[in-house]
Amino acid sequence: MGKTIAEKILGEHAGRDLRAGDIAVVDVDVAMAQDGTGPLAVSQLKKMGFSTVANPERSIFFIDHAAPSPRRELSDSHKVLREFASSSGAVLSDINQGVCHQILAEKFVCPGNVVIGADSHTCTAGALCAFATGMGSTDIAVGIALAKTWMMVPQTIKVNFNGSTGAGVYAKDLIIYLIGKITADGATYKALEFGGELSNALEMDDRFTISNMAVEAGAKTGLFASDSKTESYLDSRNRQGCFREIFPDADAVYEKVVDIDCSKIVPMVSMPHAVDNTVTVEQIDKTKVDQVLIGTCTNGRISDLRIAAKILSGKKIAAGTRLIVVPASKDVYLDAIREGIIEKFIESGATVINPGCGPCVGVHQGALADGEVCLSTQNRNFKGRMGNPDAYVYLSSPATAAASALKGYISDPREVME
Amino acid sequence: MVNGKSGKKDKDMDVAGTKTGDNGINSAGSGILRGRVFKFGDDISTDLIAPGRYFHLRSNLPELAKHVLEDADPEFASKVSPGDFVVAGRNFGLGSSREHAPAIIKLAGAGAVLAKSFARIFFRNSINVGLPSLVCDTSGMDNGDILEVDLRKGTVRNITRNALTGFNPLPEVMIKILNDGGLVNHITRNRGFNL
Repeated sequence: MGKTIAEKILGEHAGRDLRAGDIAVVDVDVAMAQDGTGPLAVSQLKKMGFSTVANPERSIFFIDHAAPSPRRELSDSHKVLREFASSSGAVLSDINQGVCHQILAEKFVCPGNVVIGADSHTCTAGALCAFATGMGSTDIAVGIALAKTWMMVPQTIKVNFNGSTGAGVYAKDLIIYLIGKITADGATYKALEFGGELSNALEMDDRFTISNMAVEAGAKTGLFASDSKTESYLDSRNRQGCFREIFPDADAVYEKVVDIDCSKIVPMVSMPHAVDNTVTVEQIDKTKVDQVLIGTCTNGRISDLRIAAKILSGKKIAAGTRLIVVPASKDVYLDAIREGIIEKFIESGATVINPGCGPCVGVHQGALADGEVCLSTQNRNFKGRMGNPDAYVYLSSPATAAASALKGYISDPREVME
Repeated sequence: MVNGKSGKKDKDMDVAGTKTGDNGINSAGSGILRGRVFKFGDDISTDLIAPGRYFHLRSNLPELAKHVLEDADPEFASKVSPGDFVVAGRNFGLGSSREHAPAIIKLAGAGAVLAKSFARIFFRNSINVGLPSLVCDTSGMDNGDILEVDLRKGTVRNITRNALTGFNPLPEVMIKILNDGGLVNHITRNRGFNL
């Protein structure tokens, strides 16, 4: 009987054969926390009496959620992380670097790794074929101290993206469509494993977008097999030697298989206040937007910015609409500057801010006013998400977001694309 | 510490189709929790439990706890008494990995969370911080009902409505962590995992 990717990776890290449903203590390759969860992880490490970390080069504290710090309490939290990293030898990714999940992908994660992070979107690294999952601060503290954690091997749901997508349809539309179909708890405790001919054709940036949102269906992780696209990505980051080919066995056992004909998918939107509250963009009747956000760990990569900039190039955003652009990392930001993309954003009327989480978490850099509507390329639109429970957050692709910023209301990107 | 640690098995009983008996949980003294129901709906996210606008209070849990569940029930934090229950529908705790969410529910005084289902990270976090999260049929429970939860037997008695139901047993590894008083104590006691 064959194995899923999850069974293969976790079995390797337990040193024994594992199947879905088994519980095992496994080795951890990469462990991380961010500025919202890291201070508690540090205090738990101290409470347990750990002053050293098992694998300092692969224990990372990211300052990205409130970077740079907007207030003294958070400055103090950042100081805790800087001091612990300094004394323990753990890596500190400071305010100039960007979103944890993007930096992990660019610099730290290899195919076949077990990655645990005190951030629910740690599943993003599943795109590199790493068993990557979110946990809380205490689990991460233990993972950092011991380079071990306990895991239940999840059942796997296979998702086959078949066919090809039409104009104006992107990875974000595929994952919003999928979550609408299987619902926000449709994959709870499970792994998603993405396959089908379109998955093989997707570029890494698209795979990151899809894996990033696996948790929005409740999934523990969202895995792509590693292939030539994965290898090219790692090569482009000067990380030759990191690549391994990993794929599921042909006779792997899945809890279920979901087949999706992508040729039928059109631009999708998640409406307030749930990611699985999905509609096609055509079903939304000119909903006015006060703010548009393009960026975050879901859609702040260079290909996302290219798509948005192409739509905005030479045009002006609608009067009364604010457009905030957040590159996911320093390297994405530099690439965007070199390609002239940042200039196009600024000329169109956008506000370009520093790499990081931006306003997604509701801490700073664009909290919403009472009654306001934001269309964002982020992954989550729960009530209160962007700092105000009396505001409304919609989710879409960068193309739909850019088109909507031009019109001032939620718009079909196909109407403004050449 | 009583009950489960002795290894003594209670006589099994069938409650609402669930096989119950000694399920090994021996935390919280007698293992009997008693309190009022605070009822919530489906899909209570971590943004509703610990809103992002209070991000700066995450290193000050007593202050953060004053805002627990504020966007789902603005009066919850001021009304909850020690031992009361957070009772919800499906997918409780979806969203963020913030362990602060179960930590402040516990700090506010709740003895346990009862829900039809839990999001994975919240569920794991709640056990790590020593807050029992119990999966059971909550549809007959309403605000103000008095419940008696027997952690050892795995039963939930609704005193107000004279109804009895069972909760799903926790995985054995989680019972060990819960019985040690959470993950910090488990690791400190064993100098590593002993699951």
